[in-house]
Amino acid sequence: MGKWSRRAFIGAGVVAGSALVVGVAVRQGNPIDRLSPLLTNGENEQLLNAWVKVDTDNVVTAVIPHVEMGQGVYTALAQMLADEMDADWNKVQILEAPADMQYVSDSIGRDFLFPNLQVPALFEPTVAGGILELAQAMGLQFTGGSYSVRATGQRAMRTAGAAAREMLVAAAASEWQVPASEISTADSMLIHAKSGKSEPFATFALAAAEQSLPAKPKLKSPENYKIMGQPKARHDIPEKVDGSAVFGIDADVPGMKYAAVKAPPVIGATVESMDATTAKTMPGVLQILNMGDFVAVVADGYWQAQQALGTIDTQYSKTEGDSLDQDAIFARYASHLDEAGEDGGDMQTEAGDVAKGFAEAATKVEAEYKVPFLAHATMEPMNCTAWVRDGKCDVWSGHQAPVNARQAAADAAGLPFEDVTYHNAYLGGGFGRRSNSDAIIMATRIAKATGYPVKMIWSREEDTAQDHYRPSATSRFKGGLDKDGKLVSWDNIHTHLFDPADAPTVPYYNIASHKIRKVDVPMHLRFGPWRSVDHSQHGFFIESFVDEMAHAAGKDGYAFRRELLAESPRHLKVLETAAKMSGWGSPLPEKHGRGIAFVPSFGSIVAQVAEVDMSGPKPKVTKVYVAADPGFVINPDGFTAQMESAIVYGLTAALYGDITIKDGAVQQSNFHDYPMLRIDEMPDVEVALINGDHERLGGGGEPGLPPIAPAVTNAIFAATGTRIRELPLSKHSFA
Amino acid sequence: MIKLNVNGQSKEVDVDPATPILWVVRENLKMSGTKFGCGIAQCGACTVHLDGKPIRSCSTPLSAAEGKTITTIEGLASEDGTLHKVQQAWIEAQVPQCGYCQSGQIMSATALLKENPQPTDTQIDAAMAGNVCRCGMYGRIRKAIKAAAGIEQPAKVEA
Repeated sequence: MGKWSRRAFIGAGVVAGSALVVGVAVRQGNPIDRLSPLLTNGENEQLLNAWVKVDTDNVVTAVIPHVEMGQGVYTALAQMLADEMDADWNKVQILEAPADMQYVSDSIGRDFLFPNLQVPALFEPTVAGGILELAQAMGLQFTGGSYSVRATGQRAMRTAGAAAREMLVAAAASEWQVPASEISTADSMLIHAKSGKSEPFATFALAAAEQSLPAKPKLKSPENYKIMGQPKARHDIPEKVDGSAVFGIDADVPGMKYAAVKAPPVIGATVESMDATTAKTMPGVLQILNMGDFVAVVADGYWQAQQALGTIDTQYSKTEGDSLDQDAIFARYASHLDEAGEDGGDMQTEAGDVAKGFAEAATKVEAEYKVPFLAHATMEPMNCTAWVRDGKCDVWSGHQAPVNARQAAADAAGLPFEDVTYHNAYLGGGFGRRSNSDAIIMATRIAKATGYPVKMIWSREEDTAQDHYRPSATSRFKGGLDKDGKLVSWDNIHTHLFDPADAPTVPYYNIASHKIRKVDVPMHLRFGPWRSVDHSQHGFFIESFVDEMAHAAGKDGYAFRRELLAESPRHLKVLETAAKMSGWGSPLPEKHGRGIAFVPSFGSIVAQVAEVDMSGPKPKVTKVYVAADPGFVINPDGFTAQMESAIVYGLTAALYGDITIKDGAVQQSNFHDYPMLRIDEMPDVEVALINGDHERLGGGGEPGLPPIAPAVTNAIFAATGTRIRELPLSKHSFA
Repeated sequence: MIKLNVNGQSKEVDVDPATPILWVVRENLKMSGTKFGCGIAQCGACTVHLDGKPIRSCSTPLSAAEGKTITTIEGLASEDGTLHKVQQAWIEAQVPQCGYCQSGQIMSATALLKENPQPTDTQIDAAMAGNVCRCGMYGRIRKAIKAAAGIEQPAKVEA
């Protein structure tokens, strides 16, 4: 992986060091005051968002405006660009974009701000500047929401690749004095078959840079894809097997010292006093800082800092959160839901007359489900290295939104954005946790206080107790079946709404009337996006209740869902594929069960069948069959790996994930009391991929997660008759 | 001064002998391939070999390594740079995602195969259950270990 500092990139301009750089030209109107100081170039139009360059030695470099956290984004996005460009895949290089406003993702911004906006294809290459600027204001150089391939890849990388190809062809046509239509491209070569001429891209790269940017580059149709759709090896893997990959925690700054930190156990409290008498005398200790909202010990080595920190006796302020225990939190949810009653709360979606549908239903079912708070537990604990000196600040970390990280550091250092250089490294797990900038801010403040470079590392205990958690939640359902066992009424009310807004909705199921509401419940804990965000709980809620309705209708879960999806052939195919793979309906050994779940999310449709062995003291998931339709799979092996990964992340939570609160503080601290799924519990995972609509791509990182918990609990019901309405499974006894 | 042999080289470090090997390797010897995960020997990210045996370096003091041989992920390839067969199998099976736990996983796997060149699934479970992978690549880890042991070939992914 290459890195491109802002200085080098801006200073070099668009052609130095390379012969051709292609980007997306955007007009700079600038209605948003906050942006003015950030966009330094006063010209009316300039080349922004450079995505590809061709070097004089014919190497094509894809500039990737997203961060690599294991999801394979470098490779998948490079595949999209290289395919449209007809680049030689073996010579394609990858460079992560600098943390600069010029790389904020207009595509992401557009989807966030105007999720239903269909931009006419004519405008695809030069997307409306106003939208870009809004996206910039939101600092959306962001990796998350399973957006990279479906937004940046589909709109920007492919367009840039196709534009670069057309500019190269135009340059060659001009030099060879032949029609552009007679020139073909392959493996980074320009070929004129009639005259037998052929030259590498590099020969014409400089001339190509002089060509005008095509208004509407022609994109390939799937039958012409050569690199997209192929299982290409990930570019980032070789350096991840020999220890050379650099993560945020590996930052090495000459003269740096190490900081260990401890924040008040109850989030929102402050440090009232501390006794550091012993710590001061300990070897290597340089500074002990009361930062108000946390204590930091800076030492020559991290272990020294950690040891000294452990001796400090700290008193914290009292807060309203102090009195809160786990049971009180769920009681609070219940009282808010009770208060909302039949018609209160915020309406999210409504169709038909639910009250009438429910009143007239032949069979009525009511159920309540609960899920706990969850920590992210990235393998790499939160960390950041910072150096604030002489009116400048350098920050090293791994962050899902580098522009946000840079802004957060600037605010913490009290410096303008342009005086901060943010160096992003590989992320040792993101899962949403590294979209927050708390560690960036803390490290920058420590570095500002010391004046020398400091690497701050959170202990695992801090990482567990100071997370931005997946909210706990309660969800209540009322469902009605007609006399034929058809689902006719769906009434759901639940606590919390974060993102995405469609997570609690079921538009793909054909239900005559439905009403979905939420209530907000105040809480002192910090919440954050956790892989698949709200789908992580609603997948469990919805697919558990569908299964309960199926049982009430006297139908099996697969047959019942087939009826609900009868009018959605693309969805139905996914469901049927998973069922067929699993041998749905075939006999299983005693005390084994099969469960099915179906959750479309982040633009991808996923069905899973889990097989569970209930013969032991706890559930053992033996096999998971997955069918997934993300529209078109760019890298089948990478996408399959994302399904495997999301299943483990979701299954870990379903089996064990439980952050509990006592006296306002998180009770868990490390992997012994916040356990992880390990290799001996890994089910076999079999994945089938379906390319259902190559024009509408879905995400890969998250959609594999939501179906796994309900697939497992539905399988437990099939095996034992016990319906699980509260996660995790470790709360339940199966003896 | 404590004398060590790390990846075939003699080293001397002036560090409190109670310091865990992890921090000596990362901070004093500037080899960052060995990772900090939990600090209490619960996740395996810090696994290195001490006289050929896998240990959790976050919970093993430097004093335990005096006069002994430490091997880290950086010392696994042969001198000409050829990767260890386990590292090669890891690439072929496309194991790592975020990659943070993989140094530890690979150190545990190489120790297993040295001790037991043809491990059964149960033996793989026993040797590898101390290594957490939050990206959940356990299926691929198992395949890669078997491929390195010559038990089964992984599916090929194009370069």
